[in-house]
Amino acid sequence: MKAFLGYIAGLLFGLGLGLGGMTDPARVIGFLDIFGAWDPTLLFVLGGAVITTFVGYRVVLCRAKPLWGDGFRLPTRHDLDGKLLLGAALFGIGWGLSGYCPGPAFASVGHLTYPLVAMLLAMVAGWWVARRAPFIQ
Amino acid sequence: MGWTANIQGLIGGGFIGLSAVFLMATLGRIAGISGILADLFLDKPNRDELGWRLMFLLGLVSGPILLMLFGGVGNVAGSSQDVIGVPSGGVPLMLVAGLLVGVGTGVGSGCTSGHGVCGLARLSRRSLVATLVFLLTAMVVVFLTRHVIGGAA
Repeated sequence: MKAFLGYIAGLLFGLGLGLGGMTDPARVIGFLDIFGAWDPTLLFVLGGAVITTFVGYRVVLCRAKPLWGDGFRLPTRHDLDGKLLLGAALFGIGWGLSGYCPGPAFASVGHLTYPLVAMLLAMVAGWWVARRAPFIQ
Repeated sequence: MGWTANIQGLIGGGFIGLSAVFLMATLGRIAGISGILADLFLDKPNRDELGWRLMFLLGLVSGPILLMLFGGVGNVAGSSQDVIGVPSGGVPLMLVAGLLVGVGTGVGSGCTSGHGVCGLARLSRRSLVATLVFLLTAMVVVFLTRHVIGGAA
């Protein structure tokens, strides 16, 4: 059952990215290029997603626990630290260079190219480095 | 472009929001792609947790494929071959970008979905700051590569 629910969640996410044009890195870079021919689509995708989630979370999180699971797993930290800022900045550089953040990159597997495979493998390697590298811990 | 694209973007965003709400309501998890996939690939194998993460990835991949099968219906670009765009650079650039995205989202505990969608919806201060930092950094990088160095990426 959990696997089926996971599939539905992933499918909705993939449909949303595809419908909003986020699986096209040219459109994403068009949004980031505020001094060029600016393409606002990403702002509408993000806005639609945040508003829907804001309303939905308010309803869902009133319940005691999720339908299949022992509790809601929510982040508990509130402090701003160097790791958060450094991580976000490194991510921003990679996002600006490629036009891919993790969701759209993996959602694009239906049209595999060598550069995309390189991006996905390097991303998983990056997650591995972030977990293991002593200088970051 | 124009209003049609904006409305299609809003609808696409609505689907992403539905996904986030659905995942929280059923499994009690944040729909953060970098977290879900990093755990899928790097956690010690654990059948209960691995299963739904693997199926989430399959769903994520099958969404755009479904749209292509139905002729790109509802997609901003409006034709099936444009649903999934081609990478903006070659293998070397993508290796560098992928590594930065991986290390960055790993160290910063989230990406556009975990911080940008779920975090902002929870009114998290950490997520708001992270989102502003990665948005502004990405905009500076695109400005440099497009307008200063000159169209390389």
